[in-house]
Amino acid sequence: MTTVNYKSVTNNQATALKDIPVLEYSKFADMNVELINGNPARHCVNYFGYHLSDKISLICCIADDDLHQIFVSSALVEENTELESLTFRNHNFEKFEREIHENFGIRYSDHPWLKPVRYAHNRFDKKQRIEGYPFYEADSEELHEVGVGPIHAGVIEPGHFRFICNGEQILHLEIQLGYQHRGIEQLFLQKTQLLERSTLAENIAGDTVVGHTTAFVNLWESLCGHTPDDGLHYSRILALELERIAIHTGDLAAVCADIAYQLGNSVYGRLRTPIVNFMQEWGGNRLSKGLIRAGKLNFPFTAGHSKRLLEIFDSFEPDFIEITQKLFNLPSALSRMEKTGVVTYDEVLEIGTVGMAARMSGLSRDIRLSHPHNLYNSIKHKPVIKRHGDVYSRVQIRREEVRQSISHIKGVLQNVQEIRQPLNVEMNPQSRKFILSLVEGWRGEICHCAITNEEGNLLVYKIKDPSHHNWMALAQSVRNNDISDFPICNKSFNLSYCGHDL
Amino acid sequence: MFDNLRILWHQGKQYIPNVTTVKVPGIFRGRPVISKASVDESLLADLCPTKAITVNPVSLDLGKCTFCGECSIQFPDKISFTMEYKLSTNDRARLIINEEDDSPIVLNPMLVRAEIHRLFGRSLKLRQVSAGGDNSCEWELNASNNVQFDISRFGIDFVASPRHADGIIITGPITANMAEPLERCYNAVPDPKIIILAGTDAISGGIFADSPALNREFLSKHTIDLYVPGNPIHPLTFINGVLELLKKR
Repeated sequence: MTTVNYKSVTNNQATALKDIPVLEYSKFADMNVELINGNPARHCVNYFGYHLSDKISLICCIADDDLHQIFVSSALVEENTELESLTFRNHNFEKFEREIHENFGIRYSDHPWLKPVRYAHNRFDKKQRIEGYPFYEADSEELHEVGVGPIHAGVIEPGHFRFICNGEQILHLEIQLGYQHRGIEQLFLQKTQLLERSTLAENIAGDTVVGHTTAFVNLWESLCGHTPDDGLHYSRILALELERIAIHTGDLAAVCADIAYQLGNSVYGRLRTPIVNFMQEWGGNRLSKGLIRAGKLNFPFTAGHSKRLLEIFDSFEPDFIEITQKLFNLPSALSRMEKTGVVTYDEVLEIGTVGMAARMSGLSRDIRLSHPHNLYNSIKHKPVIKRHGDVYSRVQIRREEVRQSISHIKGVLQNVQEIRQPLNVEMNPQSRKFILSLVEGWRGEICHCAITNEEGNLLVYKIKDPSHHNWMALAQSVRNNDISDFPICNKSFNLSYCGHDL
Repeated sequence: MFDNLRILWHQGKQYIPNVTTVKVPGIFRGRPVISKASVDESLLADLCPTKAITVNPVSLDLGKCTFCGECSIQFPDKISFTMEYKLSTNDRARLIINEEDDSPIVLNPMLVRAEIHRLFGRSLKLRQVSAGGDNSCEWELNASNNVQFDISRFGIDFVASPRHADGIIITGPITANMAEPLERCYNAVPDPKIIILAGTDAISGGIFADSPALNREFLSKHTIDLYVPGNPIHPLTFINGVLELLKKR
């Protein structure tokens, strides 16, 4: 066992940068691998590099769900150098190391899959072009390849899927992303006004507006040493759970569309509308843009809203339950979902998936319980866990989480009828700090990290959408399935392209 | 079967009978109105995260606006957002709202090509291209075709192949990595064809306008037939805009 040398922090706890130990790379690697290996309650929530004078500082954050702590350590390495990878010993680090390789030219001698992640505009090797991505190829007379994208058949975001198939059966799927890269992390440093940064956070992933913006404002408030009122925390819980209900309901509609169950598609599709329309009644925007702000709430949540929301649930719930009972008792629907797109417990643990993509296979990962933010510790939250890791498990999780979110909201509304916090608060970030903010969005764990310099300006802003981990689980799920089942597998994960590409 | 009929019965009437006159719920931020009130204009301009507000006199560019509403909250006497969701136009200059301008946003008939109504008036098939879109406009375009908004009833549909399309609708600020696929998709659509820009990001780049990761050359090479402002666009803004573009003149 190597000596343990890290700084232990909690979610949203700003800590002095100098308190994060700087280790020799080999010790840093050994320690972080050993922290995770054999311990399912731990996983890597973020691992990234940034320029520190002429070197690269690597920061690794390992979350421990039982202790509710995050272990942070760092190492200083040269740019464009060769190192041994952590991935070789634990696949949780796979995408993180590819990103470090892409951004800083660090060559990992034993990384099994050292390919570009997103062709970022500030990548180390500008000669690498997205059209020249090195796909895995099978040299065989019997196998064939199917390329899909970047532009897909539906109204969705772009990404390229390359299948290697034997007849109808998928042997391998490689997912190549990067088409959505907008340079958000750099823009967080360039744009210095708070409202500019809140707007950026809202546009990371338009289906997770509340999730990402909450991660940002929680981080920002702590970084500035500001303690918001309980009301603000409750407003964020309400918005997060409403976002979960809206998107889960929409996803159920989409799954129905992919199994050609038109009635389910129409009913779930229309059930999403009263929820997003409520967001418009509250904040003026169906996808909650403009609602979550650091230190304040532009749009008060009144007793009228509270009453209205309960009325909406009263008419939503019976219709939701009715169509759900129908769907889950329909043999033709069940046969498409059960045992399709299976990812086992061992596989999700090895990949390091988060959120629904972990809970589907018996791995309990839910930040609301393990690293609670925004007074989630005042709610008795019990994660919805399924065992089979198939499409059916993912659909069941949505069914149960919709009802759980409604019950959480009703619980909050019993204590809180009105939330008003209209005034701007003067906030200035502290200097030389490191801070990490975790939020359980509807997809899973969202992680934002920031480091400030002497003047309190942002030196690093690092964003990680749950899709960062979970795309690999989708690729794994379709192996040995028929290629005609790919759409339903894809939809049952519903991962983010823009959240990944940033 | 009786189960299915019961479910259908329980949904009631969902479709919106008249999408051109229906009222939207809540505090929707639609077409803004700017008063003559005197305010600290430099503070007002600095407040806007996407520099949509210019001063002396004050104007607001809906092609840049993210509709966050902050200006109307900080300067309620100066700027207010109405419930008017008809924001689409084919004239980029019309998206700039000046002081005391309270007139509806309409299309400039001089800029509508003559063949559009004749060819697409009863059937328009669109190929959507997300080029850095954050999936919010994509969500709302999908919602345009749900049982409530039901854009298909007007013969407007989204199709899978550009070969089957009459035009493209672009969402997102157009990333450098999507520039080539977008151009190739557009070239694959048979002539004559239209281009619609949906959302603030597509029209101006939005909050990403000065990002080095974008490549917006496509827009300087082609004529845009319709701008649909919003962040994201509201389905009614989109539907009304397209109906106006296609109507008989």
